Amino acid sequence: MSQTNNNHAIEARNLNIYYGDFLAVRDVNLKIKQRKITAIIGPSGCGKSTMLRAFNRMNELVPTAHTEGEVLYHGKNIYASEVDPVEVRCRIGMVFQKPNPFPKSIYENVAWGARINGYQGNIDELVEQSLRASALWNEVKDKLGQSGLSLSGGQQQRLCIARTIAVKPDIILMDEPASALDPIATLKIEELMREISKDYTIIVVTHNMQQAARVSDFTAFFNLGEDRAGVLEEYDKTKNLFTNPAKQTTEDYISGRFG
Amino acid sequence: MKTLSPRETFDRQLAELKDQLLILGSMVEQITLDAVDALKCRDTEAARRAYLYDQKINDKRFEIESACITIIATQQPLARDLRLLASVLEVATELERMGDYAKGVARICLLMKDQPPIKPITDLPRMAELATDMLHRALGAFVATDADQAAQITEDDDAVDELYNQINRVLLTYMISDPSTIDRANYLTWAAHNLERMADRVTNICERTIYVATGEMKELDVSDDELNKL
Repeated sequence: MSQTNNNHAIEARNLNIYYGDFLAVRDVNLKIKQRKITAIIGPSGCGKSTMLRAFNRMNELVPTAHTEGEVLYHGKNIYASEVDPVEVRCRIGMVFQKPNPFPKSIYENVAWGARINGYQGNIDELVEQSLRASALWNEVKDKLGQSGLSLSGGQQQRLCIARTIAVKPDIILMDEPASALDPIATLKIEELMREISKDYTIIVVTHNMQQAARVSDFTAFFNLGEDRAGVLEEYDKTKNLFTNPAKQTTEDYISGRFG
Repeated sequence: MKTLSPRETFDRQLAELKDQLLILGSMVEQITLDAVDALKCRDTEAARRAYLYDQKINDKRFEIESACITIIATQQPLARDLRLLASVLEVATELERMGDYAKGVARICLLMKDQPPIKPITDLPRMAELATDMLHRALGAFVATDADQAAQITEDDDAVDELYNQINRVLLTYMISDPSTIDRANYLTWAAHNLERMADRVTNICERTIYVATGEMKELDVSDDELNKL
């Protein structure tokens, strides 16, 4: 697929997301910069995770969910009828809140996705590359045959990142990737995000404002509208949003006045 | 049942910090008026007291700095809270330096104690009153985050500068007509200079108020016309 020429990896246009009759996210227009980290913050129930999942059609796994509007990836609407959602999820990977390695060996965890997608290259090399990229190689290189579940929580999460990287995505979506981890493991994940953002576009949902401030280049603040639908309230460089937000509601949220 | 506010502790800490800053400000006002009064009345005892009082100002400044750093570390402030706390550190430093200027005036009083007066001191107390009044209002604007008032206060700096220039002219005339006054006139010029600098630092506080209110860092005292004369 051709590269977009405007430095945007993906773009939501007039996006509405429903669960049944309930409008969960209303009329979002959001352009995500390539090879940067964009954080999505906002109070509980404002549609952050729903928005994140819209970027790789994960909401479709919820039976009542439906989406209006467009999500443009390389200029093409990923919701167009001819697009295969599995292909979308290969290009736009996801890392979840709770580390969820397969009950298989460390090696197989990383090799699995590539193998089922018919990867033709050297799988050993791919596994090593991906584990190196996720800063886990040195810790696991001598025990690749052990179960992925034998690792610590932080290591498991980095294994999941390695698994995502192994299918060579463009974009990695992260839903609260460090909320189940201790502070040191959290900082390691954040360092890893910084490191891999040289090669990948990252969109991260986080409840932790300091994490958004530390790790992201851009921040999108979502809030609940009067009709309880999530709306994009403010979107700016992280530096601006956390030192001098344009809107009073953003100021109130990041200063802990509500949320 | 009492509703829990998520910022109750934080807001209380910020209010206490502002109170402490106002206390430091009133200490600086006091030492300035005392030092200038001592100089005017040639009261070396009062000058000595003012000189020593500066230590209390230094201690207070460290106390505020320490409280501020603790709040930053424990509350991880953002947006306006962050701008306020960063500015409190700055304003406390400005106040401490103002205390040093006042101490300098007290020192001049002690240095001149054995020498006869050149003339009755009238303009320096007026300068001190103007400068401390500016300071008082500037701190009020700072704790109220009132950018408009802050911008207005800086305009009064012209009156202080005017007095400073006038004092300089008068003292220069003394020095020219009677070189034996050079020593004493120099001391008084120095005292006037300290008060003039103090008013300049009030402008810095007003700049911080505008920064807290708007997020904009801008210089208020851009004396282009002064530069043009050079």
